[in-house]
Amino acid sequence: MDNATLKERILGLVPDAEFQENKQFLTFIIPPARMLDLAVALKTETDLAFDFLFCLSGVDMIKFLEVVYHFESTIHKHQLALKVRVADRENGSVETVSNIWRTAEFHEREIYDLLGIRFNNHPDLRRIFLEEDWKGHPLRKDYVDEVNIVEL
Amino acid sequence: MKEVINLPVKNIEEEEYHINMGPQHPSTHGVLRLVVSLQGEIVKSLKPHCGYIHRGIEKMCEKDTYPQIIHLTDRMDYLSAHINNHAVCLLVEKALEVEVPERVKYIRTIIDELNRIASHQLWWCSFGMDMGGLTCFFYGLRDREKILDIFEESFGSRLLHSYYTPGGLMMDIHPNFQKGVKDFIKYFRKKIKDYDDILTGNIIMQERTKGIGVLTKEDAISYGVIGPSGRASGFSCDVRKHHPYGVYDKADFREILGNDGDTFTRYLMRMHEMRESMKIIEQLIDNIPAGDYTAKMKAVIKLPAGEYYQRVEAARGELGVYVVSDGNKTPYRMKFRSPNFSNLSALDHISRGVKIADLVAIGGSLDYVIPDIDR
Repeated sequence: MDNATLKERILGLVPDAEFQENKQFLTFIIPPARMLDLAVALKTETDLAFDFLFCLSGVDMIKFLEVVYHFESTIHKHQLALKVRVADRENGSVETVSNIWRTAEFHEREIYDLLGIRFNNHPDLRRIFLEEDWKGHPLRKDYVDEVNIVEL
Repeated sequence: MKEVINLPVKNIEEEEYHINMGPQHPSTHGVLRLVVSLQGEIVKSLKPHCGYIHRGIEKMCEKDTYPQIIHLTDRMDYLSAHINNHAVCLLVEKALEVEVPERVKYIRTIIDELNRIASHQLWWCSFGMDMGGLTCFFYGLRDREKILDIFEESFGSRLLHSYYTPGGLMMDIHPNFQKGVKDFIKYFRKKIKDYDDILTGNIIMQERTKGIGVLTKEDAISYGVIGPSGRASGFSCDVRKHHPYGVYDKADFREILGNDGDTFTRYLMRMHEMRESMKIIEQLIDNIPAGDYTAKMKAVIKLPAGEYYQRVEAARGELGVYVVSDGNKTPYRMKFRSPNFSNLSALDHISRGVKIADLVAIGGSLDYVIPDIDR
């Protein structure tokens, strides 16, 4: 499916998705409440068949936290990027997609560990790299690095 | 009279218990801890605990300029250091729309493939050693040394090279480079037959790996198991074929795909890949065009504001670099999607129901490098 048709298709599934200009991937900002339904459709609809979640990242944009999903279909070879924005920095959460793409389980744990975004219904949401009693989430822009590990 | 203590006798075959494999276990090839839940010697489930070597590379990147970041990527998957460098270089070149000279593309592709062979050689020796064949370790390291000698002659370092720079290379290749590579290919074509004689055809090894740790194609895609491990399950995921970079589109090579997805197929994939890599190098080594070894770059590299994503095929699978730039000389956010991290997530799934000794073989066939998982 080419990008123009794919754009129509996504907007058909989620009418309030916001299209974002990007040179490389077709990118949409999805309202958090609509993400799970869309994720199921992306995986199961045969003309979409986004079966490979090749990257899942979190970004701290200061005004909000962002989860970025990069999808590829191994059948149709088309690609898609989705973003979900979390406004609440303290208790913000996103629905997990780890039951749809199993690779998300580790990546979501990583995002929770380093950026502090919670994932609802995640099977095992623990810190993955840092210790359980670590305070704060290092990749947030307001994180204070008291022991000065990074700046040397 | 002696008091008899009546301890309840527990049947070890029925009761579930946990053991820690690692963080200092030779088969984890680094500091990875696997909490294995066992019933008898059958693995019921397994929880990987990572982070023992987490250095916060993504956080460090936010303070560093792009040429400095190259040096950090060496330290992720240190066995495919060149390929990691390549990812960042390609990303910067794509963002700045810089066209690198053909010479650079050829040299980079050849060195990437040499790096892949060196990495697979080390995998082969450690895999053999995990299975109890110490001879493999000496054979593999002996041949890997030849590649490291070529690297040392051209760029002065053997493991962490940081040879690629955004726009080109740090310096031109050594005059002996082409001859050295050709001699190596000639040498290794003979020696790889020994590899097959020692390990591939070994009946003990085959019995221990065939049908063990089976990963279906659907699961491989869902878990994001990529590289030779994913291709063993039939998941066509070679970035060199699907999203070519360098001069891979000019080289004639096959994407090796397996069917069974077991430990033995994952082993075979890498053996075939070494041969394919040699084929690519042979096609390119005599055709390196003359020219500059670097494009003209500004002294301070600033990426235009926006998002960039670059995929390359590292020795263990697809390495993705995701950058959010705000127009400064340091990235706003840099994320490395490392192949080992996703490959590790499938370990629990594929090792359920196998014997604990087979877990060592499965781990060896997934070929994880811990600094790449922890970053």
